[in-house]
Amino acid sequence: MLTRRQATITMGGMAVSAMLALSGCAPSVGGATGGASASAAAVSQADIDKAMDTATTLTVWSWVPNLQNQVDLFEKKYPKIKVNLVNTTGGAQHYPKLRSALKAGKGIPDVAQVEMQFIPSFVQTKSLADLTPYGAADQKSGYVDWVWNQVAVNGKVWAVPQDSGPLGSLYRKDIFDKAGVTEAPKTWDDFAAAAKLVKDKTDSYITNLPGNDVGQMYGFFWQAGAKPFSYDGNKTVGIDLDSADTQKVVDYWQKLISDDLVSVDPDFTDEYYQGLSRDKYASWQVAAWGPIFLQGTAKNTSGKWRAGTIPQWSEGENVSGNWGGSTDAVMEASQNKIAAYEFSKFINTDSEAALRLATEQFLFPTTTAILEDPEFVDQKSEFYGGQQVNKFFAGVSDTVDKDFQWLPFMDYVGSSYGETLGKAIADKGDLRAALTTWQSQVTAYAKQQGFTVK
Amino acid sequence: MTALPARRRPGRVRSAQTRMAWILLIPFLVVFVAMFLVPLGYSFYVSLFSSQLVGGTVFAGLGNYARALQDPSFWGGLGRVALFLLVQVPIMLIAATFFALALDSGRVRGGKVVRLLIFLPYAVPSVVATLMWGYLYGRDFGLITQLFQLVGLPSPNLLSSSTILGSTMNIVCWSFIGYNMIILYAALRSIPTELYEAAEIDGAGQFRVAWSVKLPAIRPALLLTVIFSIIGSFQLFNEPNLLANIAPNAVGTDFSPNLYAFNLAFKNQDINYAAAIAFLLGLVIAIISFVVQSATNRKERQA
Repeated sequence: MLTRRQATITMGGMAVSAMLALSGCAPSVGGATGGASASAAAVSQADIDKAMDTATTLTVWSWVPNLQNQVDLFEKKYPKIKVNLVNTTGGAQHYPKLRSALKAGKGIPDVAQVEMQFIPSFVQTKSLADLTPYGAADQKSGYVDWVWNQVAVNGKVWAVPQDSGPLGSLYRKDIFDKAGVTEAPKTWDDFAAAAKLVKDKTDSYITNLPGNDVGQMYGFFWQAGAKPFSYDGNKTVGIDLDSADTQKVVDYWQKLISDDLVSVDPDFTDEYYQGLSRDKYASWQVAAWGPIFLQGTAKNTSGKWRAGTIPQWSEGENVSGNWGGSTDAVMEASQNKIAAYEFSKFINTDSEAALRLATEQFLFPTTTAILEDPEFVDQKSEFYGGQQVNKFFAGVSDTVDKDFQWLPFMDYVGSSYGETLGKAIADKGDLRAALTTWQSQVTAYAKQQGFTVK
Repeated sequence: MTALPARRRPGRVRSAQTRMAWILLIPFLVVFVAMFLVPLGYSFYVSLFSSQLVGGTVFAGLGNYARALQDPSFWGGLGRVALFLLVQVPIMLIAATFFALALDSGRVRGGKVVRLLIFLPYAVPSVVATLMWGYLYGRDFGLITQLFQLVGLPSPNLLSSSTILGSTMNIVCWSFIGYNMIILYAALRSIPTELYEAAEIDGAGQFRVAWSVKLPAIRPALLLTVIFSIIGSFQLFNEPNLLANIAPNAVGTDFSPNLYAFNLAFKNQDINYAAAIAFLLGLVIAIISFVVQSATNRKERQA
């Protein structure tokens, strides 16, 4: 979703928001309701009913645009509960602010939006409430498998999934036609061959590999079956960034970069948007939130784009990865955990609230109900030549590899990427060597932070 | 002899004056202590600890400082801003002095308008200036690239890791030449006109006047701009931090020591180490400013 784009716009405002958080805006108003102690005992339906009928104020931090719509629906259903919605404007401001509040021990919201990749970092600091006592485990069947695996670890459920980003490939049919690429490349080998044709016969590059976008790289790793990270929820991490699978990915791109068949411009910059609308790139390997984003960015290319599957590593396979996606997590410090969980569940699974998230706020859904809802999947998009793009990506969601994990310090992994592999991409340097440096930097950081690296 | 005036003034009056002086200083002192000394002391205190994600916070003594002294990122950033200082500051100050002298000579037509135009970039916030230049530098569709293409030359990549420092220098020059020019111009205007008359009688031309009368007279102002520029160079932050969005891989997280401290605190979550880096940087700036100031003072005394 928009998450990633906003996260790239890391501005100096961080320090300010951290200060704001320290000065303690929005303390959660403690109601007399349940969840007062973190007892693991299951909460009964009577407890829930009582909590939802007690005057309570919930503080929610999120950067989903217009989330107030969902809040209104919730407040209509539960009139005793008031929701104080704080728009934190994006990951770059959100996490430093949240971490400062957690460190200060005050001003902590009841519910906070947390991207999937950052869940372990808050599990590690014991900041998230385990949602199993509130019945979260029962929700499993309502979600796409791989999404559920992102929030449920070792018998605990840490958050309610909100949106996801299964990877596909958006491509310019007109440019492909001009280059003589009659059908969208099925495998990465086809893609490389097509890259040559596009470069020779048109003024475009087949695609752009940005050196600043670690999220897309995780997606490529994910799709290639790499398992670069693991975390036991306590002190032990596994870091395997320099494996056969990741090497396969970087070697592939190395070749395309060295032959000047792909460009290496940073993405989500003004120049990049211009490149998209001025035919510089003939395709974009992007998540399910990409189509809407592209539509807003390159309006003048309407009707020329199509959505297709991401090229495969072996012929006949159909495997995808994920890029982005977020959840709503209940904070351990919340005094209103029942209501906080019910809120998170409501906005993401109530049929009206969730459908509107998908069709009005363009968060790509995580529940099977919305992924099958005709109102969502049957939408046709002029921008994509009348294609049912949602239906296409709903299909992709089923093909995402199920076991991708994260480290409890993805901020560092990301910034280290920008100076190792990302930099090598931008400078058209030695990707394999940079991959090794990335691995060693992340390992050194993990050790220095006191983790056991297995 | 020196004791005489003191004896003449009754002690009571003097102590009353001292008391009044302190009272008048209180508002400043309160703000100074609360907004400067306390945070400074606190960050020094913070820098004496080390915290890990696993294991929490422990007292580390000067461990963070020892680590910083061996940190290639810290030294690399320091080296970069030192290079910045050595190249950018002379260019900026020479240009500012030249403009100030030219305007002061009164031979520039429309001097007031020119003065305003040169000063104008300073009125543009550095954030806006950096974003604006970022667009101009753009690799494919930037104005500079398009100009090069117009005349059929290969366009330089002004946002690559090898050129980004120069591009940053250009932005800072653009922003601050006018600011320094105003300081120097004001100093020039305050030179007593008798000196010019004397020089004229001695038969000195414009250049001779500029060299032998004006420049020596504005020495204190020049020194001030030098010190400001040194501090400004070492504290380089806004420009690289914003350019990092436009040219993400060209500007590392350790591009300047300030940026490094910021990233350590908010990306690596290593606030203690960031505090130590910030403290060391402050120390370096203080030492260099002191050396420059005392060196020029000594020269003045010798002269």
